[in-house]
Amino acid sequence: MSPTMFDRYLRAFGETLTMVSVSVAIAISCGLVLALLLVTTAPGGLYPKPRLNKGLSVVVNVFRAIPFIILLVALLPFTRLLVGTTLGIWAAVVPLSIHLIAFYTRIAQVSLNEVDHGLIEAAQAMGFRRWHIVRHVILPEALPGIVGGMTVCVIAMINASAMAGAVGAGGLGDLAIRYGYERYETRVLFEIILILIILVTTVQFGGEWLSRRVNHRR
Amino acid sequence: MLPHGTALKCGEAAPPVPHITFDAIHKVYPGGVQALHELSFTIPRGSVFGIIGRSGAGKSTLLRSINMLERPSGGRVLVDGIDVGTLGEEALMQLRRRIGMIFQHFNLLSAKTVRENVGLPLRVSGVGAPETSRRVEELLELVGIADKADVYPSKLSGGQKQRVGIARALVHRPDILLCDEATSALDPETTHAILDLLRDINAKLGLTIVLITHDMAVIRAICDEVLVLDQGGRVEQGPVWKVFGDPQGEATRALLRPLQHGVPDDLGRRLRPEPPARGGHAILALRFTGESHPEGLSLASLMALAPEARLLHGGIDRIQGHAQGDLLVAVPADSIRPVASLTFSPDSMRVLGYVADDV
Repeated sequence: MSPTMFDRYLRAFGETLTMVSVSVAIAISCGLVLALLLVTTAPGGLYPKPRLNKGLSVVVNVFRAIPFIILLVALLPFTRLLVGTTLGIWAAVVPLSIHLIAFYTRIAQVSLNEVDHGLIEAAQAMGFRRWHIVRHVILPEALPGIVGGMTVCVIAMINASAMAGAVGAGGLGDLAIRYGYERYETRVLFEIILILIILVTTVQFGGEWLSRRVNHRR
Repeated sequence: MLPHGTALKCGEAAPPVPHITFDAIHKVYPGGVQALHELSFTIPRGSVFGIIGRSGAGKSTLLRSINMLERPSGGRVLVDGIDVGTLGEEALMQLRRRIGMIFQHFNLLSAKTVRENVGLPLRVSGVGAPETSRRVEELLELVGIADKADVYPSKLSGGQKQRVGIARALVHRPDILLCDEATSALDPETTHAILDLLRDINAKLGLTIVLITHDMAVIRAICDEVLVLDQGGRVEQGPVWKVFGDPQGEATRALLRPLQHGVPDDLGRRLRPEPPARGGHAILALRFTGESHPEGLSLASLMALAPEARLLHGGIDRIQGHAQGDLLVAVPADSIRPVASLTFSPDSMRVLGYVADDV
């Protein structure tokens, strides 16, 4: 491999990593907050607010329904407003995050909803404040699922970031399309696929390990 | 059997101080299902009060109205004279800290160790770490599980989990303990140990225990008084020995059946309504309610039925100092004496039937 080609790989890898980690950080923090809001404001929840809950749910569904590549284009004006450009990795971070917020919200919501109602009842019987129930009961009990969801989220993000090449964001996916596909350099294509496989496997195993660490149910 | 009689004694001397009062409590679920019908009763301070019924009888709803985990549709619940239904969020929270609760499925936090589980209610109410840790140690010692302080609940057996549940329920030094089918998920031996512990706590700390169960054996083991519920209504209520000795309602009899000595199958098949022409035995069912022979019955009194009388089946249980139970006795058909001529009398005696030959 020529030194310039190696540099390209390294740069693309770095870009993918930056895009993914920044978007994941944004998506998981916002998604978790939204999921908590959805769970606690649901009818029969700790802070029942049925109308807010319904509205929030519809908004999340809208973003879940739009295919990423369309969202990417549709959000261009918003992206320009936010980061001043529609090109490069930072421009890609905006649609990636928004797409993943909606995705992770639903994943986290499932984990939070699965917390045994008996535990919440027990906490109420012991005179916990509602906030304490969220902080000490719902969140820690849902943690294994929340961590498991993060793994799924990171991998989905690695996939989606390949499409961000369409806005000139760079990254491994972009490299694979430009060199491997458009220039018929099959070797580049396969090498990048191999790198992606290793990356995804590492994330998956790392995520599973972490999920086991925080799970005391067994 | 454990010693009983505390509530009885105080019932005989002065009217017991009501700790919890239910005043025409009723509950209708959306959709019109009536879970409770206008129930009124009181639970004396320091007693162990059992509420028994089949599933769907409304006992869980009744128990949860004491700490307002479930709000009744009407009526009042008074704890120490305070109408709990009128309390605001803050006052209700304070009240709940004075009412411990344990559950059928323990409801321990899986992500926290035993120590953290027991200490958490104190921490969230603003008690400092040193005081919390002191209290946790003390309680784990009391429930006999101090050696498991740093394990996660998933590593504990059912009985150990319930001990943690009890320690956690006592952490605010409550004066009421609510037990929601607390032994229903445990094996018989563990059930016994947990019931012993609850009795012990009742005696040591003097708190009022309200428990719901579908198992009469639990009631017999630790309760002073029992309320039998069926389809949201009261079937009967009274001291445990009375309800066991002389059940009034069909629902109560059904609940008691597993503990009672019925007619054995082989004997039942051979019973005939009429005495045989010659010889044969009459089978008598004797019932002692605990009212007339609380101190037990003498063996000689059985002989008074007929010198050849034989005890076939049955048993006497001593509940709260009252001997009660059922006996099946065989006597030669031709030597039955009228009950009036007996020097002792069971609270009821009836001829079940006759068997032709020897029993």
